[in-house]
Amino acid sequence: MPRFATVDQLRQYRRQLAAGYDPQQLQVLVCAGPGCLPLGSLEVAAAFRTACAEKGLNERVILKTSGCQGLCAKGVRVLIRPQEISYEQVTVEDVPEIVATTLVNGGIVDRLVHQDPLSQAKCIHKWEIPFYQHQHLMVLRHLDLLDPESLDDYLRLGGYLSLEKVLLGMTPEEVIDLVERSGLRGRGGAGFPTGRKWRLCREVPGEVKFIICNGDEGDPGAFMDRAVMEGDPHAVLEGMIVGAYAIGARRGYIYVRHEYPLAVKRLQLAIDQAREAGFLGQDILGSGFDFDLRIARGSGAFVCGEETALMASIEGLIGEPIPRPPYPAQSGLFGQPTVINNVETWANVPEIINRGAEWYASLGTERSKGTKVFSLVGAVNHTGLVEVPMGTTLRQIIFDLGGGIPGGKEFKAVQTGGPSGGCIPKQFLDLPVDYDSLQEVGSIMGSGGMIVMDETSCMVDVARYFIGFLYEESCGKCTPCREGLRQLVHLYEDIIHGRAEEGHLALMEELCAVMRSASICGLGQSAVNPVLTTLKYFREEYEAHIRDKKCPALVCRPLLKYTIDPEACTGCLACVRECPVGAISGRKKEPQEIDQELCVKCGLCYEVCQFDAVRRE
Amino acid sequence: MMDAARLETIISRYDGEPYDLIPILQDIQDSYGFLPKEEVKAVARRLKVPLTQVYSVATFYKMFTLVPKGRHQIRVCLGTTCHLKGGQRLADSLSSRLGVKVGHTTADGQFSLETVGCLGSCAQAPVMMIDDHYFGRVTVDKVPKLLKPFQQAADSTP
Ligand SMILES: Cc1cc2nc3c(=O)[nH]c(=O)nc-3n(C[C@H](O)[C@H](O)[C@H](O)COP(=O)(O)O)c2cc1C
Ligand code: FES
Repeated sequence: MPRFATVDQLRQYRRQLAAGYDPQQLQVLVCAGPGCLPLGSLEVAAAFRTACAEKGLNERVILKTSGCQGLCAKGVRVLIRPQEISYEQVTVEDVPEIVATTLVNGGIVDRLVHQDPLSQAKCIHKWEIPFYQHQHLMVLRHLDLLDPESLDDYLRLGGYLSLEKVLLGMTPEEVIDLVERSGLRGRGGAGFPTGRKWRLCREVPGEVKFIICNGDEGDPGAFMDRAVMEGDPHAVLEGMIVGAYAIGARRGYIYVRHEYPLAVKRLQLAIDQAREAGFLGQDILGSGFDFDLRIARGSGAFVCGEETALMASIEGLIGEPIPRPPYPAQSGLFGQPTVINNVETWANVPEIINRGAEWYASLGTERSKGTKVFSLVGAVNHTGLVEVPMGTTLRQIIFDLGGGIPGGKEFKAVQTGGPSGGCIPKQFLDLPVDYDSLQEVGSIMGSGGMIVMDETSCMVDVARYFIGFLYEESCGKCTPCREGLRQLVHLYEDIIHGRAEEGHLALMEELCAVMRSASICGLGQSAVNPVLTTLKYFREEYEAHIRDKKCPALVCRPLLKYTIDPEACTGCLACVRECPVGAISGRKKEPQEIDQELCVKCGLCYEVCQFDAVRRE
Repeated sequence: MMDAARLETIISRYDGEPYDLIPILQDIQDSYGFLPKEEVKAVARRLKVPLTQVYSVATFYKMFTLVPKGRHQIRVCLGTTCHLKGGQRLADSLSSRLGVKVGHTTADGQFSLETVGCLGSCAQAPVMMIDDHYFGRVTVDKVPKLLKPFQQAADSTP
């Protein structure tokens, strides 16, 4: 990669790249995104390499591992271009057949193509799959096109065009103005208007300013930011460089969660490449503008996703939030004016600059513009990553894209917004998803986790789970959050042990009111959302636990009873081997019995029994 | 005995300012598998940060440990999706099979078992990691087979 001293040199290089590129080039893209990787993407890619070599295809076929291709439920996914043939659930054993049938002979391996769960129709090509048809890709648009480690791939797709555009012909004020008019709001949770944040920071006097990309993605059940950082790292960089130019920052940080080592590696590589190409460093593309970036790794603390805690962590301190104002835009990292935005927010910036504020503002709803990426997981057929215009309804996302609930089960609730969000029940399925409507029903947009639950999930357990999570993660600085969460943990313990009384629920509501109004940061303030929404929409489940001492969904361990059906039990002893406390006994090949005194109700026997002989009630 | 050269290689990657504390501790954690006492003291001296502050950081963040970990790190996801799909049972099963409580290391020093927030592969819940390998859709009956290669590797390496 040469160093581009001017925009002209970059343009020259783009022309070279375009001339050397054949749109008919046969390409195999093996998905190595967060969903497919645990299913063996790298082994599948290696198998392609071997099989292509054996057939002498090395010259004809380009093999790439791509970022997330979206429909993770059916991984490992393989996309063959230019035809856009989309194979799914590919294993190492399938590879020789794909190579022989499709790459050599141009045929289709029928059993590996997608079948729509609703219409049963077979979809050979990506564009025929309903999951993709309903989406509008902006942030994810490159993910199944490029090799995330190749800057050439990124440039070929128009990468760094927005940087050219702002450096050549826009003043920082014009950039801010454009972002403001686009209506872009922060994707990290609160939805603060991005352009306004940038303007605030630009207008604060000061020589030294910083920008930060928040890649902490702490919400469990969310992996949008991971997929973008791993799958299209240069887009994040490009957005940040443009932002730095607009704000007048010369230094930036990308704060990445400790659990995402691959994201760190890809971003570091992208930074090195961008430096080499002259997109970072001194006098970027001959414009006189200097900016450089470095990565800060998180160390495993959820609260560090909160902006003031995050900055404390970069400064080498423990991650305790501080009350705002002053806002980071006024006094942030090392006391200097700082803009902190989420990964997805930054990744939106290049397209907004390229295509204009009006185009962007035409997408979405009145007060929420553009698209939003969600990680659609839980009890839904098509778990994966989706990007839809703001205002798409929950029903469209869960049923049209998501293919509905598996196993013929009933939809019960969808949880959005992570631990600060709420559980939304069936009556709101037609709710258009945007910042305001989610808030109206007691949840939040959050970063974009969307966890679908069916009748097998207990709403008391879900709320208890989040409270337990936040109790562990609270930094302990302010009393309402620290002690409030501790009390909620105790109250939930009482409920699931059948020790609670009717008055518990009122007490919980009272506690929540105090935590919401008196906690220092969003962690404590919004920790109450899972509690309040479940109390509001699923109160009868709480009452069943309290009054009948039963968990209707059969989840809360202390209220369950496991027995073995002597008719069905074959005496295979699988459960005996698994039981951690030796509570199951009986002779081989004869029905077994569970000692109720010893049983800890972990359910391992239930899970390993092949004969449905373990009863749970 | 402290290996001064090894520590020096780590510190020399940074400016040596107080704000370098966390990345330096991270590198030590990655390289040694824990934060040894002598090294922690040396870092405090070099960065001119009070030892109390170094310990406050080392104990605040979950990635740091003050005691050595096992040869293989098992991380079971208890993120929301994995919680709903039986992550706790998976953790229970591993714990009983290996004879070690969550948060601890087996007596032979081979495995450390911990549970974590979310590994970001929620579409394949329940998810676990052994060292850098991800495993998805792990039902309890798959556990023995998953552990095996790591147990064998443990036996053969000196
Ligand atoms: C407890 C807590 C955790 C948070 N975690 C994240 C996170 O993981 N990622 C993120 O982008 N924002 C997170 N935020 C929001 C940030 O504080 C901040 O609002 C955001 O990074 C601003 O970027 P945006 O305007 O682009 O959304 C969190 C906030 C709170 C209170
Ligand atoms: S909840 Fe387990 S990987 Fe996300």
